[in-house]
Amino acid sequence: MLFCSLKGKVIFCSYFSSVAFFKDRLKEKDAHTWVPSLNDVPLHYLKPNSLVKFRCFIQDMFDPEFYMGTYEAVDPSTKAKVLRCGKYKDVTECGVDFNSRSTMTAERHTFYCVPIPGESPWVKEISSSGSSQARVVPSTSYAPTRQKRSYEEDDDDMDTDTQPQKQREPHTEPHGNGDCKRREKEAPSSQAASASHLDLNFPLPGEKGPSCLLKVYEEWDGFKLNEAVEVFGILSVSPALSALADEDASSSLLDPAGGMETAEEQRVHSPPASLVPRLHMLHAKPLPHNNPLLPAAGLEDNNSAFLSSTLREMAAVRAELLAYFTHVLLGDALAAEYLILHLVSNVYTRRDVLPLGKFTLNLSGCPAVASFTERFYQIIQQLVPSSYYLGMTLQNMNQMRLVPKKDYVANRLLSGALQLATNTSLFLDESQLEQGQLDTTGVRNVTALGNLISWQKVDYDFSYHQMEFPCNINVLIASEGRSLLPSDCQIHLQSQVAPPDLEAYLGGIQVHPQASQLNKFRMYLSVARQLDYSIADEVTKSVEDDFVDMRKDDPQSISAEDLHRMLVVARLLSLSLGQTSLSRDSWLRAKHVEMLRRSRMEQNKCVNGNEP
Amino acid sequence: MSSPLSTPGGRKRGRTTNPSTREFTCPPSTWPQVGVSRLVPTVPPNEVDMSSPLMYGTPSSRVEGTPRSGVRGTPARQRPDLGSVSKAPQVDLQSEPPSADGAVASEANAGQRHRKIFPLSLFIDPSSSEDENTGLDLNEPLYMQKLEEISVVGDPVLNVNCLHVQSFDAELYRQLICYPQEVIPTFDMAVNELFFERFPDSILEYQIQVRPYNALKTRNMRNLNPEDIDQLITISGMVIRTSQLIPEMQEAFFQCQVCAFSTRVEVDRGRIAEPAVCRHCNTTHSLALVHNRSLFSDKQMIKIQESPDDMPAGQTPHTTVVYAHNDLVDKVQPGDRINITGVYRAVPMRANPRQSNVKSVYKTHIDVIHFRKTDEKRLHGLDDAEQKLFTEERVQTLKELAAKPDVYERLASALAPSIYEHEDIKKGILLQLFGGTRKDFSQTGRGNFRADVNILLCGDPGTSKSQLLQYVFNLVPRGQYTSGKGSSAVGLTAYVMKDPETRQLVLQTGALVLSDNGICCIDEFDKMSDSTRSVLHEVMEQQTLSIAKAGIICQLNARTSVLAAANPIESQWNPKKTTIENIQLPHTLLSRFDLIFLMLDPQDEAYDRRLAHHLVSLYYQSEEQLEEEFLDMAMLRDYIAYARTYINPKLSEEASQALIEAYVDMRKIGSGRGMVSAYPRQLESLIRLAEAHSKVRFSEKVETIDVEEAKRLHREALKQSATDPRTGFVDISILTTGMSATARKRREEVAQALKKVIQAKGKTPAMKYHTLLEDLRRQSETAITKEMFDEALRALSDEDYLTVTGKTVRLLA
Repeated sequence: MLFCSLKGKVIFCSYFSSVAFFKDRLKEKDAHTWVPSLNDVPLHYLKPNSLVKFRCFIQDMFDPEFYMGTYEAVDPSTKAKVLRCGKYKDVTECGVDFNSRSTMTAERHTFYCVPIPGESPWVKEISSSGSSQARVVPSTSYAPTRQKRSYEEDDDDMDTDTQPQKQREPHTEPHGNGDCKRREKEAPSSQAASASHLDLNFPLPGEKGPSCLLKVYEEWDGFKLNEAVEVFGILSVSPALSALADEDASSSLLDPAGGMETAEEQRVHSPPASLVPRLHMLHAKPLPHNNPLLPAAGLEDNNSAFLSSTLREMAAVRAELLAYFTHVLLGDALAAEYLILHLVSNVYTRRDVLPLGKFTLNLSGCPAVASFTERFYQIIQQLVPSSYYLGMTLQNMNQMRLVPKKDYVANRLLSGALQLATNTSLFLDESQLEQGQLDTTGVRNVTALGNLISWQKVDYDFSYHQMEFPCNINVLIASEGRSLLPSDCQIHLQSQVAPPDLEAYLGGIQVHPQASQLNKFRMYLSVARQLDYSIADEVTKSVEDDFVDMRKDDPQSISAEDLHRMLVVARLLSLSLGQTSLSRDSWLRAKHVEMLRRSRMEQNKCVNGNEP
Repeated sequence: MSSPLSTPGGRKRGRTTNPSTREFTCPPSTWPQVGVSRLVPTVPPNEVDMSSPLMYGTPSSRVEGTPRSGVRGTPARQRPDLGSVSKAPQVDLQSEPPSADGAVASEANAGQRHRKIFPLSLFIDPSSSEDENTGLDLNEPLYMQKLEEISVVGDPVLNVNCLHVQSFDAELYRQLICYPQEVIPTFDMAVNELFFERFPDSILEYQIQVRPYNALKTRNMRNLNPEDIDQLITISGMVIRTSQLIPEMQEAFFQCQVCAFSTRVEVDRGRIAEPAVCRHCNTTHSLALVHNRSLFSDKQMIKIQESPDDMPAGQTPHTTVVYAHNDLVDKVQPGDRINITGVYRAVPMRANPRQSNVKSVYKTHIDVIHFRKTDEKRLHGLDDAEQKLFTEERVQTLKELAAKPDVYERLASALAPSIYEHEDIKKGILLQLFGGTRKDFSQTGRGNFRADVNILLCGDPGTSKSQLLQYVFNLVPRGQYTSGKGSSAVGLTAYVMKDPETRQLVLQTGALVLSDNGICCIDEFDKMSDSTRSVLHEVMEQQTLSIAKAGIICQLNARTSVLAAANPIESQWNPKKTTIENIQLPHTLLSRFDLIFLMLDPQDEAYDRRLAHHLVSLYYQSEEQLEEEFLDMAMLRDYIAYARTYINPKLSEEASQALIEAYVDMRKIGSGRGMVSAYPRQLESLIRLAEAHSKVRFSEKVETIDVEEAKRLHREALKQSATDPRTGFVDISILTTGMSATARKRREEVAQALKKVIQAKGKTPAMKYHTLLEDLRRQSETAITKEMFDEALRALSDEDYLTVTGKTVRLLA
């Protein structure tokens, strides 16, 4: 007895040292290359209980869970009691002794994670090709065979998995490749079929991809809802989990007491593991951006070489991008200028309730022909890492769920289209809106959009109260006239193309630039958004003087509001040129650009509302 | 933070079972199988364990020959909230060596502890201010009075405040918290003995059950961790779901199918020990469960969710399952905010016979012992349940801050620092946040006096009115933010809806009721529809809301301060017009605002420069400075909360004199020009503002300086909003009657002039509207607008001098 528990302790210790080993390895630079990613590799190719990574978005946080940290179990072969560790596992081994004194209860938290909503196809493509090394590791133990294996075997794998996957894979490769091709065809269909009855709760309609239940063992307080993280963890797809769920669900139907959970809740909280795998987290890092072209670590630390080289090129890339946008925006260079500013904007801080740095652009005067707005969106989607197109049709506004809502029956947060990750581009197509009646939901949705734009926050509906979640979403409104939504800045598109040629012209803008050039643009936009920025004292002084002078000349036309906007424009202009502090030139240029825009507004004065 | 580990096994007594019985889990869903399952028995069951329906399982109640027949004559009721208690201590002795903690549960100590509890009955708490103790003499032993109450009322429940236990005996308190399952029954025992000793003739339905509450172990659901398992905890939260009533078996009734011998078995932690052998005929496996004769108790599953105030930003609220038993069933409704005292439990997931593996997760719940609604009192009085607990140091820092001479200015500038200047407006809002002193004259028939200050901000668009509103909304704990454009009368007041689950009609409250005791921020006040606005009349003076909808007639409290923002009707403030003309709001509503501020864009170079500096610095301030301000916001919030709860200033003699003088002065100003410039409402406003200002100073007395500031602020606001643009004088009648006195005088003059014109025409019964206007214009030396002419006509028709029909004017009489 004593011996057994000692042996158990040894297993326990070796287990934790292996965890430490994993963590160390993951800190290495090439960590992301050799770990297969749940984003790219279909679930049925991944070995259960192996190390995987997942680039995801925390959609919901479930209640904390108490589990058996260590427990004693009776070994079926030797009939001896063995101390086991329950960490990083969902299922215990057989013969658990619930009354053992050495049982230790520990706490873990469960987050429901989905792929980053609205992630552009190019991001998926590039990041999956980036980890090509890990990609070709279809395991021999592909699903059907895997399920036939006894659970014992699975658990053995777990214990001996101390050497990294990489070393084991090469010799499974040769014969694994052949039959995985065959299965590739059949697998998705079965997955789609089973997914139909289960709402995976993606924020955006039409999203695909795996979602997973992330089990967090430490520092769970550091995670926030709507955060994008890259998680390294142990994949658990034990069919026992789904079986347990099925069995529980059916029994709770019989049971008038309802157990502790309703069937609905059961279904949401323990979905079949084949559809929603469990991921036991070893290590996670927050993603400041999800652009695979940038170094993952962020710009601050030890990437100065990368940073300085990109900074040098920025002005040149900007000129190219400006030319490209001018072409897209029917030859309107000023609108193109503002579009760049919009795309590099970012809420960098909040002063009490005021978000600073947001730059919602209302592009009015969009031609109503040939689905200009949709094509325009496709171009933006090509450039930003994540985006979403919301056609503001009456039907959409009246029926869509924009604001996430807590469903108390299933005990989860029903996602809405405004549950988006930081720096997602939200493209609102107001040209789709027609005359008609907005119902209660519609009014609420429009109010939510207005709040999002003005305060960069979304009030989630918890039915008994609302809860405010700050966000950081770049909103671009395309409309024919002035938008009914508030915006930081409105610019009226002036087409340089004669109306008869418009159709043909629009057909042509779809032609994409070269891949290398596209990548340059993508990188440029992401970098510019991440830069730090400051204003030197002497420039502050001259800005103040300028403002006072402008007020003196024409107090009616310039207000504090305008100064706010000009400061943001100046900031974005500097950043878009790769300058991290405001120079006199940039300020003058910002003033000039603003002046051009205002004079254009005067021309198109068909505005009648009273508040800008 | 590393994940907390603990060993609940060490405390889980009763798990290791008596070898004579076989135990199996019996969740409600599986109990029908009990009679069917057959497993090999070993030894005949222990008699003491099996048959003690009347025993409360504690040794002293079994002592023979005790004269306290009262205790024995009253049946003890099962306490499903504590699990089955009778066996736990005994089993414990067998399975574990008595350690220091284990000894707590041992029987010898139980008796000792039970004697220790007696003196608690003499506990006196003169400082007690809780509502539950109303009607009790605070200088007498508290719990003896409660026992007396029980003997009269016959409700065998005694609520015990854990704080009392703690101040009485810290060790006993510790034991109560750590071993509620064992200690509470001893409390029960002691109380029952005491009770029947004092009131030997009382007849109770059951023995008295003790319900401790206010265990200060955990206040927050988020802090629950494995160490709390099986301990007594108190948490606060909001009820989100309640289940239907669940019958739960308490005592199983078994009957031998051979000889019809019956036996009863208590349920222990969801398990029933099925007797394997009939004691009467010694047949094995002959006992079958008889449902109809088994005992069941009521049970209800309740889900509670963390209250939004307790949550860290950026996370979703946690929920916890709570089981209520017996008379606690149906005591709470979804939406209630409650404090729960109970025992935290973790149960391993049921092992499935078909599977060798089980999920390694425990299910957790709380067995509730005591509910306490935190918002119950809101229906009839002040809610002091919300009293924020401040630490000593915090109170000290707050008091230090209050002692500073410039505290008022400091706080005002800490308010919405991102908004530039508008010092007086910020000061006004600050006073609004503190509010006046609540006075209750309902006994003399005057009802409540409004203590809340209402403020209206109007002014040019883009002068950060909305931002100010947002700030206030974020600052106060019970704030509501609505926009006049989006809200209907229904959204502001209350509406009736059908609960989808219960099919019951439920009254859902709107923004005004929700912000009871808080601030309701209403943006775009001017864009509100008239019907919506009319709701505000009652709220802003009587502070109640009457509803008569779908057969529900009620009056709700809406003691809310209103902070509204309105835009001028012509998009830009017209300085040539009065406030009323600019914002087009009915003066009846305007007069209910204590302070009306104009937020205009001052056009002056020095101001512009300061503004520019402020804005630019906003855009490049360093992180540390931001941090500093953030602290200030938390501090401000605490400061306000403290002052609102603890400071209730009263008028001093000098202050009342000063107020009287101020009021008389205000009346005098107007009377010089033949008009009234102040009404009692203005006096009330002054009092409220002065009280609020003394709250800012943490002073219990309103002094002259408070009155001075109130006067100044009131005058400032009036100067801005009630200045007659024609004369430049402050004229309160603009706000009270919607028209300045000069304007009224002018109207009178035009009417007289018109009358003269008509009389000059001689006997013409009907005239053309246009010719009359032309005539008047020719005769008058000042320009006559069409509006003025219309007004004059109206005035004359009011005098029954003429009538206007279409384009013709007819003389009457």
